[in-house]
Amino acid sequence: MISRVTRWGKGRSELGMALFLAALGVFVLVDAAGLQAGLSQRGPVGPKAVPVVVGALLVVTAVLLARDVLRGGRGEPEGGEDVDLSHRSDWRAMLLLSAAFLANIALIERVGWPISGAVLFFGCAYALGSRHFVRDPVIALALSIGTWYLFAVGLGIGLPVGILKGIL
Amino acid sequence: MGALTELISGFATALTPTNLLYAFIGVLLGTAIGVLPGIGPAMTIALLLPITYGIDDPVPAFIMFAGIYYGGMYGGSTTSILLNTPGESASVVTAIEGNKMAKRGRAAQALATAAIGSFVAGTIGTLLVALLAPAVVRLAVQLGAPDLFAIMVLAFVAVTSVLGSSRVRGFASLLLGLTIGLIGIDGVTGQQRLTYGIPQLADGIDVVVVAVGLFAVGEALWVAAHLRRNAAGVIPTGRARMGREDWGRSWKPWLRGTAVGFPFGAVPAGGAELPTFLSYVMEKRLAKRPEEFGHGAIEGVAGPEATNNASAAGGLVPLLTLGLPTTATAAVLLAAFEQYGIQPGPLLLENEPELVWGLLASLFIGNAILLVLNLPLAPMWAKLLHIPRPYLYAGILFFASVGAYAVNASTVDLMVLYAIGLLGFAMRRFGLPVMPAVIGVILGPRAEVQMRRALQISDGEIGGLFNTPFALTVYAIIAILVLWPLADRFVLRRFRRPRHELHGSGPHALVELAEEIAEEDRPKATVPGGRSGAGPDTGGPSGEASKLSDDRHQRETP
Repeated sequence: MISRVTRWGKGRSELGMALFLAALGVFVLVDAAGLQAGLSQRGPVGPKAVPVVVGALLVVTAVLLARDVLRGGRGEPEGGEDVDLSHRSDWRAMLLLSAAFLANIALIERVGWPISGAVLFFGCAYALGSRHFVRDPVIALALSIGTWYLFAVGLGIGLPVGILKGIL
Repeated sequence: MGALTELISGFATALTPTNLLYAFIGVLLGTAIGVLPGIGPAMTIALLLPITYGIDDPVPAFIMFAGIYYGGMYGGSTTSILLNTPGESASVVTAIEGNKMAKRGRAAQALATAAIGSFVAGTIGTLLVALLAPAVVRLAVQLGAPDLFAIMVLAFVAVTSVLGSSRVRGFASLLLGLTIGLIGIDGVTGQQRLTYGIPQLADGIDVVVVAVGLFAVGEALWVAAHLRRNAAGVIPTGRARMGREDWGRSWKPWLRGTAVGFPFGAVPAGGAELPTFLSYVMEKRLAKRPEEFGHGAIEGVAGPEATNNASAAGGLVPLLTLGLPTTATAAVLLAAFEQYGIQPGPLLLENEPELVWGLLASLFIGNAILLVLNLPLAPMWAKLLHIPRPYLYAGILFFASVGAYAVNASTVDLMVLYAIGLLGFAMRRFGLPVMPAVIGVILGPRAEVQMRRALQISDGEIGGLFNTPFALTVYAIIAILVLWPLADRFVLRRFRRPRHELHGSGPHALVELAEEIAEEDRPKATVPGGRSGAGPDTGGPSGEASKLSDDRHQRETP
């Protein structure tokens, strides 16, 4: 049987997921509407068919999910070895982690992987609560320089070397 | 016995010193990464994909993957035995008895029966793959586009109705995957779909980026938001070993587990969750001392572990012969094949015999290396569980970034990786299973090709999708799968009341149900202190309550 959720706040955030699915469905449908089969089409089914089906099913699923949530159904947040669901979400840690990840994207082609990768590792470790201000940067640099050598020398894949060109 | 001579030639390929070294490195890396908390086998393979980018020859690369595949799986079992609360659904059941054994000071025996059971099941399973694959290929070459499309639809349906998870959420996840799979140029007409004029999206989103994003980045973000303040206790262990009595109690569950797991792996049945669970229930019923279940019965580790490995081996049959992945791990393996421009399917065995038989032979070798390596190294793997969590998840993001960047040397891939990571976070938050999405990304475009081909042959007649007996049979199975819960809800419920009901969704509910079964024959007063270190309950019964209908449960309805 379906049980009622007493805490409304929890139930409502999941409606956001339904909204996201519906919006995505509309996006897919709009994009599909702009496709032209053209002369290059072979066979009776053009490029539109599958996006239209997927888009429509997304909207339907969004409605079904919303109905399920309103009736009290609830997706169980995923557990795990290191996951503690008894606390509230730690948004600060998540934002810091995101910042470290995005910093790497911004920096990798400007200053090179040995530095951007170290920033990424140090930033993530800091975001997750590590406060060893000597050990963390040393590990971060060792990892980023190590992977740079591993990829460039061992695997023949060039990661951007950036401003350390000539030194490494 | 054509298959056996081929297999022997495969051993000739795999047993060269270089390839042996690759297999060894694969097992070592796979176990080391797989044992880390929060990293399942699919993520292990996705994270380790980049190290094979530098190997031009696919044969050694896949020999290494064979090692990583089994190593990653064994690593996951070690984590669930020593740490409880497994991150990955296939080892959920192992954790129930395995962790209780470890708490009673029998960690070494639990690890040993898991390792040897995995070896037995993996060896028999791989042998079955080698024997079955040529026969299945003979069948598969006769399958036309409508048949292949029907099988893929079956895979979609099966993956969304995994035991213990909400169907609407599974379906939502599948559709998210299908949508990601749509991005890029339509192969037939050259039309750009969902690319919004971004040139880097024209080739579609690399499956590796999707898998790493959903598994690694999504997991890291999710853990960051909910990091356990006091890490769960790791139970120390010595060298993995078993006594005579343990051997006597283990060998039958190993064989039974293999028999249960292999067929489930070979059909699209939604992964190893259901067969491991069935194995657990079966071992409990057949055990000489069922009262030990719930307090660390070795049969409860031996059976499900063998099942898990046999099902992984069984999954190779549809993967190699049809190009059909039945689990997330197999989907990532399929992505690895694509990196080398190899299309798994009916023609693979003919076109790449050296690769296929070399791969199968390496699975045997990898299995043997795993056993030799893991019995003595168990204490070392246990130490890896103590890695400080900030370093662990920083490392996951670090290597995820290297891997995604190395695919195309493009920062666009990193942005896509982050976006998909956020999606993975949201999916974990709202209980959407990740596996259907991964299957959707990889199978969606293939299903579209087959469907369009079938309709092209029939000249647009929709009946072209149903005009073979094989396709019709598959659709009948799909209909049963889809309609079963409805029948169960409205018709069958009137006749019986199940003793055990699955409350809510997700691995948690599965563990609770298994523990309920483990507890039954005993007075309530002896219920042990519960799962220490396990995630707290997320509230009472919730979601669509699905039910497990096993006849044996029903016979003494109160």
